[in-house]
Amino acid sequence: MATIKAQMPGVFYRRPAPEKPVYVDDGEEISAGQTIALIEVMKTFNELKADAAGTVAEFLVADGDEVDVGQDIVRLGEA
Amino acid sequence: MNELLVRSGGLYTTVQDTGRFGYYHMGMPPSGAMDVYSAVVANMLVGNPDDAGVLEGTYVGPRLEFTDDRMVAVTGADVPVTVNGESVEPWTAMRVGAGDVLEFAMIRSGCRVYVAVSGGIDVPVYLGSRSTYTLTGIGGHQGRKLVDDETLPLGAAGGRARGGAAVPEALRPALDVPAELRTVVGLCSYRLTEGALASFLGTDWKVTKDADRVGYRLRGGSLDFTEREQPFGAGSDPANVVDLGYPVGSIQVPGGDEPIVLLNDAVTGGGYATIGTVISVDRDRIAQTKTGDAVRFTSVDLDTALAARRDRRERIERVRREIAR
Repeated sequence: MATIKAQMPGVFYRRPAPEKPVYVDDGEEISAGQTIALIEVMKTFNELKADAAGTVAEFLVADGDEVDVGQDIVRLGEA
Repeated sequence: MNELLVRSGGLYTTVQDTGRFGYYHMGMPPSGAMDVYSAVVANMLVGNPDDAGVLEGTYVGPRLEFTDDRMVAVTGADVPVTVNGESVEPWTAMRVGAGDVLEFAMIRSGCRVYVAVSGGIDVPVYLGSRSTYTLTGIGGHQGRKLVDDETLPLGAAGGRARGGAAVPEALRPALDVPAELRTVVGLCSYRLTEGALASFLGTDWKVTKDADRVGYRLRGGSLDFTEREQPFGAGSDPANVVDLGYPVGSIQVPGGDEPIVLLNDAVTGGGYATIGTVISVDRDRIAQTKTGDAVRFTSVDLDTALAARRDRRERIERVRREIAR
């Protein structure tokens, strides 16, 4: 199963700001290097980027959840 | 060329040494490597003085390119390290040359990696130290964390380092969690109820996302303070006292819910009751815990704290002998 993993621990957010739409929706196609979420840690919001192109099959964590390093964030489908 | 190319700065990489001392009374915290043992040992491996400038990476390490012949060593957190894509051993002195690229994968455990390069990271010395204090933007490399595509000055490589010299497993620090943090209870622990102190020591606390070089905010319990009449000069929060100097490693509990362990870049004094102080040796330990990890505090006396400091010094000398073999 291809996934995108968290590179750092912290709090996971799907949108750039509370009033903004999510970066990507389930089922959407994404390209390598595209920002798909934020992880807040050490008082900074860090962009989580796709390391490969594909389709977002499913987000495996909910907005506002705490995540650990290496945790699967997104399950990818076929590009 | 005496330069190191920073291809990627990583998440939060700063130049640090063993710290900037002598200015605490003026409100200047020591900064310096959060995990001193790992920083000193990294320097030893590459033949540097113990207090030479090193790089401290956090969670996501930097990507570095060398421009000349150097010795390099990586210590600290458990993380796969590569040179030119080939896996290399941490806690080991390695020879690298112009064009070689050192890189980190995702950390397995721990939090901070240290990179020592022979000659040292030769940023200007400010108030006796090369350490970065980012809150005021002083010291280190322009007073800030490293960014992508910049150049760091290195000292002249020399020294007597031996390629392949490695630190034996037994002399590498433990990274298991919950991390046990030996703590001297005080200075203001009298503000806690007896039950609260027991609860403080009996709780596994979780490191929150607000955990950096300034301090670690923890969650997992709630502590009650004793009733008192608010003294003149103290704030109204039950956790407030009349201002005092904060020891590095001291633990305060604003609001009673979230203890904060003050670390290398913390404020030097204020009006919160400090209920205990993590002993200096175990600051290395908390420095290697990451957001989501658990820590617990065990009460020790000052003699134990001093003995632990002696032990660490002896461990460092043992490493020195092992490397020199």
